Amino acid sequence: MIRYPRRTLLRAGAAFVGASALGFPAIVRAQAEKIRIGHLTPLTGFLGVIGSYAQLGVKLAAEEINASGGILGRPIDLLSEDSINPATAATKAQRMLEQDGAVVLLGEISSASSLTIMQVAERNKKVFFSTGARSDALRGKNCNKYSFHCDIPNTVMVNAVGTALSQKGMVKGKKFFTLTADYIFGHDLLKAAKTFFGAHEANLIGDELIATDVTDFSPYLLKVRQAKPDVVCCNLAGNQVTNLVKQYAEFGFPYPLVGFNLNTGDAWAAGAGNLSGTWPTVWYHTLNNPTSQAFVAAFTKKYGKPPENHAWIDYVTLKLLAEAINTTKSTDSGELIAYFEKQVQFDIGKARKAYFRAWDHQLVQEAYPFTVKPKDQMKDQWDMLVLGEAVPAANDPLETIYPTKEQNPCEMKA
Amino acid sequence: MQFEFLLEQVVNGLVLGGYYLLIALGLSLIFSVGGIVNLAHGAFYALGAYVCVELTKRLGFGPSVVISPFVVALLGILFERFILRRFYSADPILSLLVTFGLAMVAEQAIRMMWGAAPVSTEIPQSFRGSVIVGDFLFSRYRLLILAVVAAILLGIWLLLQKTSFGRVVRAGIQRPDMVAALGIRLQPYMTAIVMLGVGLAALGGAFFAPITTVHPAMGAEIMTVAFVVVVIGGLGSFWGVVIAALLVGVVRGIAIHFEPAAGEASIYILMFLVLLVRPRGLLGERIEKFE
Repeated sequence: MIRYPRRTLLRAGAAFVGASALGFPAIVRAQAEKIRIGHLTPLTGFLGVIGSYAQLGVKLAAEEINASGGILGRPIDLLSEDSINPATAATKAQRMLEQDGAVVLLGEISSASSLTIMQVAERNKKVFFSTGARSDALRGKNCNKYSFHCDIPNTVMVNAVGTALSQKGMVKGKKFFTLTADYIFGHDLLKAAKTFFGAHEANLIGDELIATDVTDFSPYLLKVRQAKPDVVCCNLAGNQVTNLVKQYAEFGFPYPLVGFNLNTGDAWAAGAGNLSGTWPTVWYHTLNNPTSQAFVAAFTKKYGKPPENHAWIDYVTLKLLAEAINTTKSTDSGELIAYFEKQVQFDIGKARKAYFRAWDHQLVQEAYPFTVKPKDQMKDQWDMLVLGEAVPAANDPLETIYPTKEQNPCEMKA
Repeated sequence: MQFEFLLEQVVNGLVLGGYYLLIALGLSLIFSVGGIVNLAHGAFYALGAYVCVELTKRLGFGPSVVISPFVVALLGILFERFILRRFYSADPILSLLVTFGLAMVAEQAIRMMWGAAPVSTEIPQSFRGSVIVGDFLFSRYRLLILAVVAAILLGIWLLLQKTSFGRVVRAGIQRPDMVAALGIRLQPYMTAIVMLGVGLAALGGAFFAPITTVHPAMGAEIMTVAFVVVVIGGLGSFWGVVIAALLVGVVRGIAIHFEPAAGEASIYILMFLVLLVRPRGLLGERIEKFE
């Protein structure tokens, strides 16, 4: 917290009294009554790269909202910090709510950190939008009334890629070998993958749990070769995806590499010529939609590079939150929750509008499988991916790709 | 079959150890001669990678991987001349602080110049893929790295053992006061050692740029392993560091073969056990000035 010298405080106090007397109370009050919003995301560690994009996105959203008059006529005061690890994330979340007076929290990519922030939000009875965490368990057995989940969950990513692979005849009767990140997100993704393999007659012949600080994958790649699978499947996150993709290209194995999790930042980092295969994504900057393209243009103008999917999700989340506060004319947690639970539809820059599902607070939206563009067809270093058809197909209900209540039991305490 | 798989991991571990060696050897040399634990060593590794990526865009990968270590070695001269030199006889805590600070400055400088997002480069097509020798599979690219490391190792060994330069350096490690009494200034030797050390780290970075994420914090990542290697090998011992690097690579490979989740922990357990039995490291010599 900034400490002001007593003299400055006195001067400010005098100015305040003077201004009130002169009849400009509105301006002073607007200054004093900023709406404080807390944003946490990993800026260091294996998720730091994509977290930096999230921070750029949320800052752009705050600027745009403030430029158009703020929320309820009050400007947003965005506090955005590095969440570092699950324990620090919780400490910072508590501080933001208790000392800094944040009315709502958003952000995070790590499912482990998101889980601890969810607990802080529940304890403080404040709303938290978990923007980038994908573990099913967060919206399933760990769900709570104060937490909303914006990114697609693991099950959806598995379904998006799995469906695309099925169509290419790469699932039924095939032998899969998975490499899985050894924390809540990876375990959860593996579980979703196993369910998919089971339902589609694929065999999982091997799985390796990989600590999140591993940068050299050669010993694991040897084990992959020893197992002789038909398809290798990456269940990693962040930098580790980049490292695996690069080293997989280095060893040049004949088995196709696919993955149930990829963020476009990690794909860009892997570079053209290293990435191949079929992967899922929640959003890509080439998506042909006016809202998306307006965001891409604004982001590129401000930062000189196109936005990554975390920039987009944190941007749209702050935008829809602002819309909710403006509509309900309140920052009260109870009123916001009631508003979102009405399954109000939001334009998030995709063909179909999205809404938070009332029973598990999951933002129900389209997802996309993608493949990789050949290097000679890329316009620039960012133009790497070819988006497949949105899933679910346009005439199927959006919820068909999301886990059901049976698959993902969420019981919210009142 | 099971045994062959294990053997394959051992051989792969040796290859990986060669890469660890590039970073650890310089760290050990700088400590042995100057008595400075160079916490900024990882920054030179990262710089090597970034300079290589940048040069690759203009010159292609081959020339870049050769030039980049030399560029970084030149920075090493400035580093030794203007920073390290002031701390040889000072309280070790000061050199720790200054190199730690420098590591942070370097990381932020990289972030300012190249951005927080990783930059990317790839292996030339001719070095992609793997070679199968007998029952073993090797990455073609890593075999190249191994060959280069072996050649460098031989070169450095010859330099330290067979030249007058090496004799002064070795004498300087044990008895700097005697070297001074004989009228030899150690400072130019120290500059050369720092150049060599950071150049090797930069070579490691350049070699690994195409197969790892090139991002500002990559230097901090590699330092942990480099320290483990130096501690296990023992300070002041050339072969100690060599053996330790290979051992760390192999132990990690074996651990991953049997218990993948323990792969990263295994090298710390190894360090713990070695320190328990030989607190000075495997081949660590007794160096008077550090006792």
